[in-house]
Amino acid sequence: MPSSAGNNQGSSGYSWFARLLELPNDSPLKAVIVTLAVCLIASILVAGSAVLLKPAQEANKERERLARIGEIAALLPGVEEVLQIGDTLRVEARVVDLATGRYVPTIDPADFDQRRAAKDPGLSVVIPPERDLAQIGRRAAFAVVYLVREEDHLRAVILPVHGRGFGSMLYGYLGLSSDLRTVIGLSFYEHGETPGLGALIDDPQWRSLWHGKKVWDGAGIPGIGVAEGPVEPGSSEADYLVDGLTGATWTSRGVTNLLRFWLGSDGFGTYLRSFPNQRG
Amino acid sequence: MESPATKAFRNPLVNDNPITLQILGLCSALAVTKTLATALIMSLAVTAVITLSNALISLIRRHMPRNVRLIVQITIIASLVIVVDQVLKAYAYGLSKQLSVFVGLIVTNCIIMGRAEAFAMKNSIGLSVLDGLGNALGYSWILILVGSVRELFGSGTLLGIGILPTVSAGGWYHPAALMLLPPSAFFLIGFLIWGLRTWKSEQVERSEFRVLPAGGSERAP
Repeated sequence: MPSSAGNNQGSSGYSWFARLLELPNDSPLKAVIVTLAVCLIASILVAGSAVLLKPAQEANKERERLARIGEIAALLPGVEEVLQIGDTLRVEARVVDLATGRYVPTIDPADFDQRRAAKDPGLSVVIPPERDLAQIGRRAAFAVVYLVREEDHLRAVILPVHGRGFGSMLYGYLGLSSDLRTVIGLSFYEHGETPGLGALIDDPQWRSLWHGKKVWDGAGIPGIGVAEGPVEPGSSEADYLVDGLTGATWTSRGVTNLLRFWLGSDGFGTYLRSFPNQRG
Repeated sequence: MESPATKAFRNPLVNDNPITLQILGLCSALAVTKTLATALIMSLAVTAVITLSNALISLIRRHMPRNVRLIVQITIIASLVIVVDQVLKAYAYGLSKQLSVFVGLIVTNCIIMGRAEAFAMKNSIGLSVLDGLGNALGYSWILILVGSVRELFGSGTLLGIGILPTVSAGGWYHPAALMLLPPSAFFLIGFLIWGLRTWKSEQVERSEFRVLPAGGSERAP
């Protein structure tokens, strides 16, 4: 057997693998193969962990989402002490057809995934770019809303909202009191905004600013939003605008736009207008 | 004399500490030490990444293509960081949200690349693991110390448990708001380095230039 040249690695067989290992480290062939092998193993590791851990991560996100609904419900006037939904508050999920504003009894809210539906051409509609304030491209034809009742008394309507912020999609819930004019709370459960700037949409103090804001300005169009900068207390703006986030102009604008989109006629506008007629 | 194994493990704890002597990994040390809990999780994450990356890089060190070795090292480190990030998202969701980008930024932590290039490329797996653990502990004890001080004096709590009753909760302690801001970690680490170099004067760097006495001879011909 001819002995191959190169550095001695104490080779015992002449399989292709041993011969590869014997190549000098400067050899381009070995460099390519070793790099590819490392990349292959690394990608298996990354993909494996992403796939294996997905169920646990999804469960965490779901818990976070439910916690945010509970948080808004806990902001209801008079029930600050009630932390646990279920004590006196009951949350009921209903599927709404956004085009007609009517409930769809044939779809089980537990089975309906609004985000997946938004990607399904059969279950979603394209929003014309000139009206697409939230920059979401298309939205699901249906949405799951949550009705919070205390005994038989409607206390709040919680609407899912989403739209583009500065660098990511913001997903959250807007809670309206039963008059459908006053905000109870706004809470984002998923976003990828800049920590310390746009990510302050998570900040409890900023979130608390939304409580009690008016949704509609005089003309009956959504006036609610984020101001560019601080809001003068007592001014007419203070009724429906909250302080802008310093250093996060685009996130602030994104929040305004997504709220106005979802409260407008491409969002929950039709549902909210027809709401008084279909209690139940 | 110390055996190489003891030396690899013990040296980075104080004598060759990555933060206080090499002044590496400061970005994360400032960013994640607002509370003890985030400092602890970050320490665990860095410990896992640095130990495993040292082991893996040492494992293939004899076949590492010399020209692209940094790229191969980064590939290994980045993959480990993604795995750690995924694990945190699955099992420590709240804390991983607080750590936000800083878990991902472990990739750019100079300590890890530094140990891979300076140690794991030249030493056996066992020694590399010890060196990784030693450096991780050297990084961790400082993070944990800074995190404890910042949380205790900034919020009056440790791991969320009230230690100093704050005024807002009806107690007597006025929280030091500065401690909640990243610069406070800078000051704390600065004091720590001062203390360590007073204790171990061999850590003091030689001056790069000599300060002339006041009214000195700079205008001399």
